[in-house]
Amino acid sequence: MAEERKKQYLLGNAAIAHACLEAGVDFVSGYPGTPSSEVVDTLRGVKDPWYYLEWSVNEKVAFENAIGASWCGCRSIVTMKHVGLNVAADPLMTSAYTGVKGGFVVLSADDPFAHSSQNEQDSRMYAKFAQIPCLDPKDVQQAHDMMADAWNISEKFALPVLFRPTTRICHSKSDVALGKENPSTRKGEFVRDPKQYVVIPAHTRPLHAILTKKQAEVAKYLVEAGYNSAVVRGERAVIAGGISAAYVEEILPEDISLITIGAYPIDVDWLAENVAKHTEVLVVEELMPIVEEAVRQVAGTVTVHGKLDGYLPHEGEFSTALVAKALQKAGYLKEDPFPPEKQPTAVAVRPPILCPGCLHRSVFYAMKKVFKDGVFPSDIGCYTLGLQMGAVDTTICMGASITVGSGIAHSCPETDVVSTIGDSTFLHTGVNGLINAVYNNTNQTVIILDNRITAMTGHQPNPNTGVTATGVESPKISLEELARACGVSFVESVDPYDLTDLLETLKAAKEKPGVKVIIAKQPCVIMNKRNGVKRSRYVVDADRCTKCGACIRYGCPALEIDENGAAVTTALCTGCGVCADICPAGALHRGGARQ
Amino acid sequence: MKKSYDVLIVGIGGQGTILASNVLGDACVIEGRHVRGAETHGMSQRGGSVETHIRIDGKFGSLIAPGSADLLIAFDMLEAVRYRHFLKDGGTMIVNREMIVPTSVFSAKLPVPQLDDVAAELKSGSAKVVLMNATDIAAKAGSPLAANIVLLGAASHELPLSVASLEEAVRRNVPQKTIAINEQAFALGREAL
Repeated sequence: MAEERKKQYLLGNAAIAHACLEAGVDFVSGYPGTPSSEVVDTLRGVKDPWYYLEWSVNEKVAFENAIGASWCGCRSIVTMKHVGLNVAADPLMTSAYTGVKGGFVVLSADDPFAHSSQNEQDSRMYAKFAQIPCLDPKDVQQAHDMMADAWNISEKFALPVLFRPTTRICHSKSDVALGKENPSTRKGEFVRDPKQYVVIPAHTRPLHAILTKKQAEVAKYLVEAGYNSAVVRGERAVIAGGISAAYVEEILPEDISLITIGAYPIDVDWLAENVAKHTEVLVVEELMPIVEEAVRQVAGTVTVHGKLDGYLPHEGEFSTALVAKALQKAGYLKEDPFPPEKQPTAVAVRPPILCPGCLHRSVFYAMKKVFKDGVFPSDIGCYTLGLQMGAVDTTICMGASITVGSGIAHSCPETDVVSTIGDSTFLHTGVNGLINAVYNNTNQTVIILDNRITAMTGHQPNPNTGVTATGVESPKISLEELARACGVSFVESVDPYDLTDLLETLKAAKEKPGVKVIIAKQPCVIMNKRNGVKRSRYVVDADRCTKCGACIRYGCPALEIDENGAAVTTALCTGCGVCADICPAGALHRGGARQ
Repeated sequence: MKKSYDVLIVGIGGQGTILASNVLGDACVIEGRHVRGAETHGMSQRGGSVETHIRIDGKFGSLIAPGSADLLIAFDMLEAVRYRHFLKDGGTMIVNREMIVPTSVFSAKLPVPQLDDVAAELKSGSAKVVLMNATDIAAKAGSPLAANIVLLGAASHELPLSVASLEEAVRRNVPQKTIAINEQAFALGREAL
């Protein structure tokens, strides 16, 4: 039993990773994305692993690698965040038809409230769309337990299983009871079976029929396995999906029934039977009203409350306090168990910001100087924070800066278009856009912000780092040669700490037609710190400072104004020295030893 | 309604809020008690305002409802102001007497907040407010980076956890080389109250 096992205080993602070890995983691939990244990061930290592990260049690639492994009879997992599943949606849809051999788990972490995402989409929809089982844990312990079982479900029905934790599972911690690691000794073997794995129309039609037939069996099993369960104890019920069940359990009065949905598809007969035992139900689930729609279809005369009649919001993240308000509105709770909310005190905002010494800041600064009236499409990464410098005009998804830039350039031929993209994002899906931009004669400047790591998600290596996920050295891709191979003739590499050279290179690009690629190279400052790189700090010569504010406008967190209105540097300074180039009075200079 | 002892730890990305919360979480595991925690990752780490929730004896969700935290531990005075509405009436806050002014203040030319004004603001509510120079105390223990452990030492008077399990949890969570410094930091923090 779980209670007897040794407990640890673990991050949800670390608990999920441990479940992979317990299930004897053979193959791990993924693309980093908050809140999913620590699953692979935890697994790649394991010494002498028996499994293969990689960070792939994008989610589609990661998915296809993992399904290949599954077809060889190996247990595989691919991890990503919800928006990454869009990139992998193409193979996802067909993988339900081909089915799997070794268990195959697709982890797609959702982010209600978009804590660090561009949208709030619901991965459960993809599971429904692809007709594959979806597991939706209510807390960290269940995330661990479900994950350990996910491969069994996958193998039982020969289907990929979508595992969908949310931010508040991935980045919550809890006392978790773990099981034993179970090193795999499987040897992969691919057995040729074109009727299964070659989806020409003649093969795909019967495969679709088989897939449809599996649905009812899966739904029934998920009830038998206890993932979907009902505790009937009154005339009214709450039906809670995923993490919402934990919020409901904390405050639910004892005369209200609780129906918990932890997995999909939902068995319609079971649902109808349990809903019918009540006069009224309230459905509580984050994001899409998936459970609620299923409930409404079987409800008959039973009153249903939820998102669709405004008892709960469609958007954002739930909490016990929010659920309490809905229970109160439905009359299930007499009074709000929480105190009335106090007005927060207004304090100056402290949004996430580019680090002191970050190469991106100097690139954005120079870009704004040279291309005053330009349009600046950008992409997904730390550099999206360049928004605060007015240097990011568009962001939709990974790899969309160069492509959106192309659309703008063709539509507004008089406008300078300068697209920014990170090295990892460029290799993810940016390179396709660059090929397209050159092929279709676009006028735009592309700046690859090359910090040699996937920084925003926690510093995962990529093909530009020169090392694999497990620390093995590998050939470092040449972004210059890659850009040239795409057909770009103007390819320049610059040191973004050398502001003069950076400005000159940008001016040269501005003068030329066609696609220009500038690669701004400096390692991520956080990686520098970890690698022990030390540069002495810059200081302000108070006698020279004219209080003009030019350095303050640069926006570096290491620069402040003192009580006299003069600039000062703080201990945050990493010694990049760009502020010294900006200062018109020459008041900033290197000030000796690093603190 | 099932009650847990709820602690909110707030600060600025990179100051060690997660390590501090791990100490509390491990202390719970050492005592065989349930615990839930929620923390900030990703986009919000880059020098932004961060919050970590820890619910000692928590069995359900990891988020603390506003107005119901028992204890607020703040690594920065402005962050204490930002999150103090999470504290229940008559709750306690333990705050490092230190203030990093957000870059937005300088770029937007807002009035620069002054330490004494912020301290007065903090004390204006119903909370029991403890302001301490945790960074200086940590420096005395051997490293200013141990300010988070100093604050935990001070908080040990309030927390429903034994000093022995907190000390053991500190040893488990800090880098091997810095165990002695952090033990000292915890002791000095505890003495300071």
